[in-house]
Amino acid sequence: MTATSAPNIDTNLLAILETVSDPEIPVLTVVDLGVIRSAVQKEETVFIELTPTYSGCPAMDVISDDLTAAFKAQGLETKIELILDPAWNTDWISEKGRDQMQAYGIAPPLDETSDKQVLLGNARMVGCTNCGSTNTQLVSQFGSTACKALFKCEDCLEPFDYFKCLR
Amino acid sequence: MIQNKDLIQYILGISDNAMILGQRLGELCGHGPNLETDIALTNISLDLFGQTRSYLQYAAKLKDDGSTEDDMAYLRKEHEYKNVLLVEQPNTDFAYVIVRQFLFDVYHLLFLEQLSESKDQQLSAIATKSIKEVKYHVRFSGDWVKRLGDGTKESHNRIQAAIDILYPYTNEFFEASEVEKLAMSSEIGVNVQDLKTEYLKLVTQLLTEATLTFPEQVYFLSGGKQGKHTEYMGFILADFQYMQRTYPNMSW
Repeated sequence: MTATSAPNIDTNLLAILETVSDPEIPVLTVVDLGVIRSAVQKEETVFIELTPTYSGCPAMDVISDDLTAAFKAQGLETKIELILDPAWNTDWISEKGRDQMQAYGIAPPLDETSDKQVLLGNARMVGCTNCGSTNTQLVSQFGSTACKALFKCEDCLEPFDYFKCLR
Repeated sequence: MIQNKDLIQYILGISDNAMILGQRLGELCGHGPNLETDIALTNISLDLFGQTRSYLQYAAKLKDDGSTEDDMAYLRKEHEYKNVLLVEQPNTDFAYVIVRQFLFDVYHLLFLEQLSESKDQQLSAIATKSIKEVKYHVRFSGDWVKRLGDGTKESHNRIQAAIDILYPYTNEFFEASEVEKLAMSSEIGVNVQDLKTEYLKLVTQLLTEATLTFPEQVYFLSGGKQGKHTEYMGFILADFQYMQRTYPNMSW
């Protein structure tokens, strides 16, 4: 965790923000995903700084729309700004978020060194989301979305997604 | 200080490389040799278009005349696109796709590492963000160069043929255009000439590992940075611009 990782979110807005989730990983709220860098209310307007996971991630447009709708339902206007600096990294996914991903069937990211090892096929460390075995193998470096790789478990034979480490 | 119009041109040069290569990869959607590769190539395309959007949104903001990222992407004429010739070369076969990608990825990563040091904060932020994605691209294309090069006799011959045809387009990376020189002298742009030694070292290393070689006699080709493109560019744009030209101002 770096010093810049703590977002500036007004505590009274947290409950509303947590109703919005990543459309690709519905169990993960935008807060747990770490894409909300700040959310501050000034009178009837909420100013949100949103950072993309991957540059081309189509979920960002959906998340913006969902945030606007969620606050509108509470009678609040939103001004959303997309910021690139500092760049999002997988350390910003919360512990709760990681557990939820695992339960949903997406293995959460390993640290950078281990990530490189597993994606080069040199080590087996990613835990199967079905049986927990680490006897798992890379099928493809790119999975169903840009942020994921495709793995299979050699023990229970189940295929699953792995959320790649981005640092 | 670099003038606004030159800075915009500089940004377009960078984003056109990503955009035209992204378009070429997009053509492969549903046509990859297998499902995993198909998904990988289109994911890389998506990354490149995401980066393109960041650059073009910034360029449109600098232009400050009501232009949008879409105008910048779709409404220029062929000679106004400043991408290098390599990225517009066709998807002849999978070997060509991989070699084009690998030759570009290695350059792209070296270029972005320098751009992340730019005095221009927005360019530096886009570069820092993009580096994370491009690291995966290099890994993917490099891996396939090795597999095909050190694979069967057939795969070796075909990827060597692709290298022989595409390698002559690589020197253009390192030939600084006027606008690149301007951007460089104001510490915003990258000194592309300086990247050449490291580029050749990295590419040679991997090719050797893959039992492949550079062609011996090479006549290097360039012109894209000046807007002088190969015949393929017109066909790419005909496809790329079709919707905006046919239904002006349409949006999704």
